[in-house]
Amino acid sequence: MSENKKIGSTYSIPIGPVHPALKEPILFTFKMNGELVEEVDFAPGECHRGIEWMGMRRNPVQIVHLTDRICGICGVSHSLAFARAVEQIAEIEVPERAHYVRTIIAEYERLQSHLLWAGVAAHELGFDTLFFLAWRVREESMDVIEYLTGNRVNYGIVQVGGVRRDFTEDQFPRIEASLKYYEDVAGKLLNLFLEDRTIQMRCKNTGVMSEKEALELCTVGPTARASGLAMDVRYDSPYAAYGDLDFTPVLPHQYLGLTNGDVYDRIVVRLLEVVQSVDLIRQCLENMPSGEVLWEKKYPKILAACKKATGEAVGRIEAPRGECLHYVRMDGNTNPQCWKVKASTYSNQMSWLNMLKGEQIADIPIVVASIDPCMSCTDRVAVVHGERTDILTKADLHRLSVEKTRRLAQWS
Amino acid sequence: MSFLPAIPEVLRQFFKRPATNLFPAKYLPSSVTKYLKSVQEGNAAINPPVETPPNFRGKILYDRDTCIGCKLCIRVCPANAIEFLPDTKKVRIFVTQCIFCSQCNDACPVDALHMSDEFLLADEDRYSENMIVE
Repeated sequence: MSENKKIGSTYSIPIGPVHPALKEPILFTFKMNGELVEEVDFAPGECHRGIEWMGMRRNPVQIVHLTDRICGICGVSHSLAFARAVEQIAEIEVPERAHYVRTIIAEYERLQSHLLWAGVAAHELGFDTLFFLAWRVREESMDVIEYLTGNRVNYGIVQVGGVRRDFTEDQFPRIEASLKYYEDVAGKLLNLFLEDRTIQMRCKNTGVMSEKEALELCTVGPTARASGLAMDVRYDSPYAAYGDLDFTPVLPHQYLGLTNGDVYDRIVVRLLEVVQSVDLIRQCLENMPSGEVLWEKKYPKILAACKKATGEAVGRIEAPRGECLHYVRMDGNTNPQCWKVKASTYSNQMSWLNMLKGEQIADIPIVVASIDPCMSCTDRVAVVHGERTDILTKADLHRLSVEKTRRLAQWS
Repeated sequence: MSFLPAIPEVLRQFFKRPATNLFPAKYLPSSVTKYLKSVQEGNAAINPPVETPPNFRGKILYDRDTCIGCKLCIRVCPANAIEFLPDTKKVRIFVTQCIFCSQCNDACPVDALHMSDEFLLADEDRYSENMIVE
């Protein structure tokens, strides 16, 4: 009897904050029963950099480039959400062409983010061949982004009242070439990821989240869509040029015929969104109106308009990982009175608790990665409990070491 | 092989050229500092980096004579990397602080600021001559 009890007893394993299996700094504590996860707890807040604090000491024209640095992957999402919030407060009307430029760059960002995720997912499964292939395919979108905006990451293209750079006709052939490349490679990608026996074995029925759970846990983006919830900010409340484009949210049953809400479905949704993004960029290029791309070319006028503005607004956009929300309040000063960032992972992270329950240790990396977590987007607060500090200086460590030696000497 | 579609793809990749540009050397030298020294002496040649795209934002260029000291660049700089020099009414830019957004270039009313193609900016001293533009 006592032996049985021993087998049934639980133990806990900590994973993180820095761990090779996690691509983001976060601390997980798993209560295990044998190989199976019984309970999960996690502690975010390891990546807090005080960006909002910095923002409240700068004017909106400065902040818009600070938002680029919130996340390395979804650079344009944050600046777009922030610019939309400020534009609403200051009642700035963005030129129509700027909306199209914003849409094109946002879709390129989705392309590269989803392909990056696909590579990371393959890597978490131990399938590094596919990881390198996926990142090779991703490189094409990075090259186009670099060609259009000047840099691979931190594009710096969004400005309050429009965009800073126009896409000219002579740049279109390069964009068209990349779209052609992705159309050619899409079938191969779907085949490599979805028909592979290893991926099917590891991802099907792993990390399952039902439609009801997804709704109750307020998940957003591809994580919610993979569970069958048809929600997409681009479709539900269109911004930029999405109102003019013809598309519907991607759901797994469109490809598979049914929705399971497992990791496999999340791969399906993200890969199909790559195909959708190519189509959206093509639609943008075809319907692009002519005209200005910035509401006001003279910077002192933009600064003055932002200073005059009073009120509060919310900028919502669909980042590659889900809904990204920026709340800004201006009170007639140069700097905003309040700026709050809510990234998509903040909404998605609670789904880990349900997804990980009952899974094996070996599945933890892929299930954690399946919501495409981004802690640098999410971490807005760092909580420190109590007043006791545990900083051990060299002198303290030396003292402890000496004490231990003496203790051991006494025992032996 | 229908259940392992990656295998034919891997075999195909064997005969393709590597996608990575090997910079600065084709094979990892036993000592990077020694290698760079021999490049300086002209004994070895550097494998060139990938070309920078048009509109690339590298190290900032400052045209001191054109500058009128209007301070607009200081107001739009997100990183507070630009310092005003009241004696001469010109500015000083700290490259280590700069985040390469080129917003000051757009804002400048007399076009005194530009972005160069230079991106290899590592230095041991953040206040060295190379890291301060004035």
